[in-house]
Amino acid sequence: MSLHQAKPPRVGDSPAVRRTLIALVLLVGAVLVLAPLIVIFVQAFSLGIQAFTAAIGEPDTLHAILLTVITALIAVPINTAFGVAAAWAVTKFDFPGKRLLIVVIEIPFSISPIVAGVAYLFVYGLQGLLGPALQAADIKILFALPGIVLASMFVTAPFVARELIPLMQAQGRDLEEAATSLGASGWRTFWSVTLPNVRWALLYGVVLCNARVMGEFGAVSVVSGNIRGQTNTLPLHIELLYHDYQTAGAFAAASILTVLAVVTIIAKVALERRGAGRRSRVSIAAPSMIAEEPTS
Amino acid sequence: MRLLFLGAALAALLSGPASAQSPDKILNASYDISRELFARINEAYVAKNPGKSIDQSHAGSSKQARAILEGLEADVVTFNQVTDIDALVKGGAVSDDWQSEFANNASPYYSLPAFLVREGNPKGIKNWDDLVRDDVKVVFPNPKTSGNARYTYLAATAFAKEKFGDDEEQVKAFVKKLFDNVPVFDTGGRAATTTFVERNIGDVLITFETETRGIAKEFGDDKFDIVVPEMSVLAEFPVAIVDRVVDKRGSRDFAKSYLDFLYSPEGQTIIAENGNRVHDEATAAKFKDQFPQVRLVTVEDVFGGWAKVQEEHFASGALLDEIYGSR
Repeated sequence: MSLHQAKPPRVGDSPAVRRTLIALVLLVGAVLVLAPLIVIFVQAFSLGIQAFTAAIGEPDTLHAILLTVITALIAVPINTAFGVAAAWAVTKFDFPGKRLLIVVIEIPFSISPIVAGVAYLFVYGLQGLLGPALQAADIKILFALPGIVLASMFVTAPFVARELIPLMQAQGRDLEEAATSLGASGWRTFWSVTLPNVRWALLYGVVLCNARVMGEFGAVSVVSGNIRGQTNTLPLHIELLYHDYQTAGAFAAASILTVLAVVTIIAKVALERRGAGRRSRVSIAAPSMIAEEPTS
Repeated sequence: MRLLFLGAALAALLSGPASAQSPDKILNASYDISRELFARINEAYVAKNPGKSIDQSHAGSSKQARAILEGLEADVVTFNQVTDIDALVKGGAVSDDWQSEFANNASPYYSLPAFLVREGNPKGIKNWDDLVRDDVKVVFPNPKTSGNARYTYLAATAFAKEKFGDDEEQVKAFVKKLFDNVPVFDTGGRAATTTFVERNIGDVLITFETETRGIAKEFGDDKFDIVVPEMSVLAEFPVAIVDRVVDKRGSRDFAKSYLDFLYSPEGQTIIAENGNRVHDEATAAKFKDQFPQVRLVTVEDVFGGWAKVQEEHFASGALLDEIYGSR
């Protein structure tokens, strides 16, 4: 695209500067990201493969893995539906309170997860707003799966919408208007026009959302109750093992969590590759690139 | 007649299984580093009481108290801070005579702040007054955030009170000197351990005796020596039945039998094997070699109880702030 062809003199054109910058980025990346990741796996296997499998095979660790996956299986689809609906509403329609909606969607981004967790305590806790009524009805939200799912959903609510909104704004409404004028129903327009155009951004949002749900610590820590084998998610379990001088076990569990995250990223890349050849570049471009392009 | 029976069955069904019969499962909410201990305790208890099972929740005991007040259905608590059970009393979850429900102030085992020094004790650290020497660097967490460090603060203060009588200025100066010797204050016991063990900072780590054993075991007996000072403060590990929960679930008998088990010779042996001191005389005699003689003073005797300690030492603006803030 034009961005790559135009060559006015600018920072980074001199080979020395460019190489220094690249080296710096690689170095920082290695120290900040790669080294800790490697340490996790080295530590996880420090006592040998058998110790590793024994640590993972512990019922409480297995349950923590299962619980984390279940939480993601519930929270991610719901948040995906919410994100798509929100992005669709915000970018394709004008209505009063639209800006407010955007702000509301973004709130979880700027709020510390621990605040979110404590807020849930105040709403659903026994000393809170709904707690006594819920207990009278024998409905358990806090310190059980619903609380964990709710807290995870709160924290990850903006991920999908945040990926979609800039892209859908850049794409405009022309295609939808054309589809409508040709007689397509709203539902048909959404499935055949809007969704295909944003699918890579959507996928990226889902992957981020999933990674965050699985990794969420702060909010879940407050509402989980830390019951081993019941409400201990993988991140909480890792902390518990670590505090318990079970270093190898903690790192083994950490490596599983890392693998879960890496697998989703790899899945995303693989899916992108399969689809990349058939789509125009605009629709697969990451939203950040779209944002850099001058909007006409 | 038949209809009546059906109606009764239906009522039993609707009223839920919890109140219909005593459940065979209880939840023990415990402090964050007791996992290994209670894993073994629970195994031994279940072996004696087949069909029963115990779920474990572990977190900082203040956090656990808060969670229980917000609805976490723990049948029993096994904490490392008396004040955290007092919080449950205030919230109406535990009856206020809990300390008389079980022996020894409802504390089946105890520990004390002790020292962990580098191999061979190169600085010759033996007692509390060695910690205020100019050439000694001390590591313990921030008493504002760590219950563990509060015991350290109290033990040092109790020692100074004995040494200087009631000369408050000298007591304060002693504790301040101790704080001046701390290069970093971490937020919790585990972080302080990392500072001492992995970052290799300081000559002595002060933490519970049971912790010093865990650290020596985990990081190598040949790298550290455990030093038990001549006197220290009794750190109780209190237990209680959470009345609000057991009354709702009908699990009081189970909860009581579980906590009683902690006091049984079998329970006491497991507890001692995990590095805690126990009251049961026969068990204590068996483990005599592992636990050096130490003179223990209590918070009640020296400071007049936890409520008073809280008010005079730990409340904001109180003595601890004065010492900690003036560093």
